Amino acid sequence: MKDIIQIKVKDREGVEHELEAPTDMAMNLMEVFKAHELPVEGTCGGMALCASCHCYVHSDHELQSASEDEEDMLDQAFFVEDNSRLSCQIRIEESIDGLEVELAPVS
Amino acid sequence: MIETDILIVGAGPVGLFTVFEAGLLKLKCHLVDALPQVGGQLSEIYPKKPIYDIPGYPSVLAGDLVDNLMEQIKPFNPSFTLGERAESIEKIDDKYYLLKTNRGTVIKAPVIAIAGGLGSFEPRKPPIEGLEKYEGKGVEYMVKDPDMFADKKLLIAGGGDSALDWTIELSKIAKEITLIHRRTSFRGALDSVEQVMELAKKGKINLITNAQAVDVSGEDHIRSVGVKVDGELKQIDIDYFIPLFGLSPKLGPVAEWGLNINRSAIEVNTLDYSTNVPGVYAIGDINTYEGKLKLILCGFHEATLMVQSAFKRIYPDQKLSFKYTTVTGIEGLS
Repeated sequence: MKDIIQIKVKDREGVEHELEAPTDMAMNLMEVFKAHELPVEGTCGGMALCASCHCYVHSDHELQSASEDEEDMLDQAFFVEDNSRLSCQIRIEESIDGLEVELAPVS
Repeated sequence: MIETDILIVGAGPVGLFTVFEAGLLKLKCHLVDALPQVGGQLSEIYPKKPIYDIPGYPSVLAGDLVDNLMEQIKPFNPSFTLGERAESIEKIDDKYYLLKTNRGTVIKAPVIAIAGGLGSFEPRKPPIEGLEKYEGKGVEYMVKDPDMFADKKLLIAGGGDSALDWTIELSKIAKEITLIHRRTSFRGALDSVEQVMELAKKGKINLITNAQAVDVSGEDHIRSVGVKVDGELKQIDIDYFIPLFGLSPKLGPVAEWGLNINRSAIEVNTLDYSTNVPGVYAIGDINTYEGKLKLILCGFHEATLMVQSAFKRIYPDQKLSFKYTTVTGIEGLS
């Protein structure tokens, strides 16, 4: 069991960051972004109710598919692509070690 | 002109509870909020979500918490200006401020408490180049006066309740109406979804799914919207483009009030949650200080300490003695 996993994230300026995230703290990816002071608002606090943590998933990790709530919220977001996710809905667990994501633009 | 002791900007949970704590000190409150209803985020974003960290309530729905707060502050007779955004403040003498709203309402008060949460809720604008140019010239983010769309060609974009409801409503009067949506399924009330599907089947509306608006064109007034459908660009000629993508909070005009702002939040002194402008306080999610936590319960605490300081500012010569409600009960205000 891995206690710490690695996440690669490209910010909106194109800069790549390697983040470490603990798997035993029930965190989500949005919270990890914020903890590393990346420019993600996370306005609603992680309830899939604001789309301010919108990101693109580039690696082919098997993620839990988006809930209806998340899809609904993506309807109100912009720059939505097939690999769009709300990072607050991605749980930090061992299976996503090495995940590669990119922050979506903000309008 | 409205006059009050504490003018509260923002009628979310923290703004509402401020009325209670101010009322215990016999201070009157008036609240201004850009939304048409009280409750802020709790009413607008998550009325049906349970909250688990309100002391004494193992679980309470956000909407119920707002109802309870309204009940709790009723004895203190607060007044409200809803659906108007606080626009500017002006100091008129040593003691008083005038606050103006975007609709021209003027309120006079010696103390302003900004409990604006994440800011005022404004329509989400799709990131289409040149869209601002046509705002008010064929681009409308809200339907305020449906009659203006009679006999016009409309394009509505969005997949939620407001997009569905206005498509149904405006299909009765518009000349032609097209609804575009990012995917094939719609959120929003099932009944509305069925009505929209039915209208599309009957040919009363054009429904285009897997579609996103990508460009706008026209002269003085918008004339055409480029829509990407399954990767292909399609031009739709219209009189009005109505993007309905919900509301999102923006700090807004408060940023221009001369307050110290740090990362979209107002810096305060934790002694009494005062800002750098005397008589102006900031409480709840909109303020920031070392160790700040954006929690409703922290906002309640901040409001409680803030009104003590406000009292001293309003009545500098009166001594304030703190009383427990368990001893004295609640004495309402007229």
